Amino acid sequence: MSASATPTFPPHLLDFQDWSRPQIESLLETARMMQEVLARPVKKVPALTGFTVATVFFEPSTRTRISFELAARRMSADVVSFSGAMSSTTKGETYRDTLRTLEQLGIDAYIIRADAAGVCHQAYRWLGKPVLNAGDGWRAHPTQALLDAFTLLQSLGSLEGRKIAIVGDILHSRVARSNAELLPLLGAAVVACGPATLLPASLPGARLTTDLREALEDADAVMVLRLQKERMDKGLLPSLPEYIAAYQVTQARLGWAKPQAPLLHPGPMNRDVELEGILAEAPQSLVERQVANGQAVRMAVLYHLLVGRKRSEG
Amino acid sequence: MKGEILFRNVRLVDGRGDFGQADVLIGEGRILSLAGGEAPKVVEAKGLVLSPGFCDPHAHLREPGQEVKEDLESGLTAAARGGYTDVVSMPNTQPVVDTPEAVRALWEKARQIGQARLHPAAALTQGQEGQWLSEARLLQEAGAVMLTDDGRTNEEAGVLALGLRYAASWGLVVAVHAEDAGLRRGGVMHEGEVSFRLGLPGNPAYAESARVARDLELLRYALEYAPSVPRLLHIQHLSTRRGLELVRQAKREGLPVTAEVTPHHLTLTDAALASFDPVYKVAPPLRPRADLEALLEGLLEGSIDCIGTDHAPHTPDEKALDLLRAPFGIPNLEVAWPLLYTELVEKQGFPLATLVERFTDGPRRVLGLAPIHLEEGAEASLVLWNPAEARPVDPQAFASKARYSPWAGWRLQGWPGLTLVAGRVVFSASHPELLY
Amino acid sequence: MEKKLTFKSKLLNEDEVRRALTRIAHEVIEKNKGTQGLCFVGIHTRGISLARRLVELVERFEGKCLPMGILDITLYRDDLTEIGLQPKVRETRIPFDLNGKAVVLVDDVLYTGRTARAALDALIDLGRPSRIYLAVLVDRGHRELPIRADFVGKNLPTARSEVVKVKTQEDDGEDAVELWEVEV
Repeated sequence: MSASATPTFPPHLLDFQDWSRPQIESLLETARMMQEVLARPVKKVPALTGFTVATVFFEPSTRTRISFELAARRMSADVVSFSGAMSSTTKGETYRDTLRTLEQLGIDAYIIRADAAGVCHQAYRWLGKPVLNAGDGWRAHPTQALLDAFTLLQSLGSLEGRKIAIVGDILHSRVARSNAELLPLLGAAVVACGPATLLPASLPGARLTTDLREALEDADAVMVLRLQKERMDKGLLPSLPEYIAAYQVTQARLGWAKPQAPLLHPGPMNRDVELEGILAEAPQSLVERQVANGQAVRMAVLYHLLVGRKRSEG
Repeated sequence: MKGEILFRNVRLVDGRGDFGQADVLIGEGRILSLAGGEAPKVVEAKGLVLSPGFCDPHAHLREPGQEVKEDLESGLTAAARGGYTDVVSMPNTQPVVDTPEAVRALWEKARQIGQARLHPAAALTQGQEGQWLSEARLLQEAGAVMLTDDGRTNEEAGVLALGLRYAASWGLVVAVHAEDAGLRRGGVMHEGEVSFRLGLPGNPAYAESARVARDLELLRYALEYAPSVPRLLHIQHLSTRRGLELVRQAKREGLPVTAEVTPHHLTLTDAALASFDPVYKVAPPLRPRADLEALLEGLLEGSIDCIGTDHAPHTPDEKALDLLRAPFGIPNLEVAWPLLYTELVEKQGFPLATLVERFTDGPRRVLGLAPIHLEEGAEASLVLWNPAEARPVDPQAFASKARYSPWAGWRLQGWPGLTLVAGRVVFSASHPELLY
Repeated sequence: MEKKLTFKSKLLNEDEVRRALTRIAHEVIEKNKGTQGLCFVGIHTRGISLARRLVELVERFEGKCLPMGILDITLYRDDLTEIGLQPKVRETRIPFDLNGKAVVLVDDVLYTGRTARAALDALIDLGRPSRIYLAVLVDRGHRELPIRADFVGKNLPTARSEVVKVKTQEDDGEDAVELWEVEV
């Protein structure tokens, strides 16, 4: 058959540390092709026939898991799923035991979500098989950032020189961290904004500010993060009304950004907390498109992670 | 003169300096002569170095209660292999060592094991709960050399102030794990650029420096009651430049404060956490290079009195948890000396005798134990080590039950080959014939 | 891994390529009895250029511009589990409804038949044509699957150690068919 090529991608998607701009662009290009597949009457291609993919969710997330599983199935991979909490004692089954058990079943790739940063790195070290990070603690959520970038590219054309504002709990956000790694690779300038207690002192790839107006002013796009209400219990926020008063992205405040600046949210959304409710359905809101794009991006990632690699013997 | 063992042509280095080659005759548990003599066992030791046995003011040997991690036998054997003849065990066991009976039981058991000597530390407060002082006088009589709530932090300033005042009256040293719990929060690594990038909860340097500053104030306060004690407050595992500055300043004022630094804080930085390997998870956390360099300077000038290993073994399974759940601690009794000899002396030109001092006289001074110097009549608690022998760290060969190491695979020199405790050979890899 | 190739001979020159395509265009119209329901789908990469030529030729002969699509068969390849192989996924664009159409699938070379097999599967996932024809510029033999072309520009017996390269003005700057030898 025609044109062969050797895989030139890292054998995992843990974060973007090992990824270059051409690799990212090529992956997003594949995602564009996958989008066309999703528009077909038969939304399924045989590319990953014979591969088995495991979704291993130590932290529950139905939406992300469905997106990954559907992406894998649309590529004709077999999918098994495991979900369960991570044990905190050696008496229970540790997550290493869980992964070792799955290993015996002949899994070709692991899609892992966990509440602790680094679990996917550890899993890759133990398993030596493609590992796809579906969110690890505060560390990274690379497919979310890829679908954000993909969605932004659809609406802005190019990210070169664009100002992207990310608003919310930056300190505890894997979405913010992954976007701060990825978007600058594509030429964008990221400004991350939130209350002082929810900002790190520094974040590679992003300029930090506590001033919402400064963050939104002339922004080409605005990404609003979900506010985890348990931050209040830890004493990091005085109150919800205080947060809303200072940092809720409202229609009026969105006026500081460029006209029609697209609005993104990784979901699930706390309406009228981080975002004024009516904005979710505003024409510039790309929230639904993000979900649809998530599948195409995840299909592309699976393609690059699995095709051309040795199948597991089980 | 007749003795039991003769080391011929051995190079002598103790905390005072490098004395070149001598023929050292050992007998009756002492150094009988530095000018040779007769002995049934003769060791040709050209190229090897004889130093006083190392003393560790800070090790977690986990007995009683957590023998799955370590016990006295494995821990003291590991110590002897590391060239240590004296080890202070931390009292944060299950149950906590806070009674004279518990101290005595540990001491007795360690004596029967016959490896490195054990010097138990006892809890400063009953159950280490930070409320009621433990029986310092009775604990001391039973053999405790130090009071500490290490494993926890002394959150109640009032209790620590009383503890210092009371310990001073018995001449006991109080060791503190100087980290402010409220600032440390759930931090699993140093708070800074790396933790922000990795998305791991950070533990700021200020958790240490704020606590050191407070504890030095409490020391000043306690001294109003006991003005003339030679030593009283010992800061464990100093890890920050700012903490060091505070200690340095206090020492200039003449305050009876001492400090230790661990082998890991002198050789590893927070950058190691980028691997997300919990083997690097330790409290206080590994710091940036600037702190490491300041600590080296502090060690050199003597603001830091000694090396304390903070040997903190856990099971390999516990260390295979994720970074949030894995326990804090690094096992290092068996590598401390070759590690620092290689990384500091060989690679950075750190003066050898000074490093020996920080492994021998320094810690003994902290504890109020007599120094061991290489001279006639001195106690023969000694280590023979080989500056030229280089081999990689192999955790699988550890005597410690914690068979993992952040230095696994590092090629180190200066491995101890022989350890004598009061003239008795307790470890002999280089000269196995001496064991019989 | 890039195999080393050496040039052996030119099998078709520009004029011969043009004549072959012209003949195919006539045959297609004849076989379909006109242009009713007819469309072309070119397979990446050279098949697209060739399909475009056929569309132009049909327009010249019949005065009707027929719809044309492009097809990437990467996701349908049967060798995606071969270690070290990760082909680039390219665009598929069929800007018209395939249902009930007579599709002329266009490729440059018919060899093992595996590309054609993949293309048939891909097409059928995209719609339900009333009929699919296969048109190729060169049929070089060595079929591994029960597939034959409906329209062939030129039958060229070759050895397996040889490579047939189709060049097009659009992709390569000239129209030609060349024979190359794989160096062992």
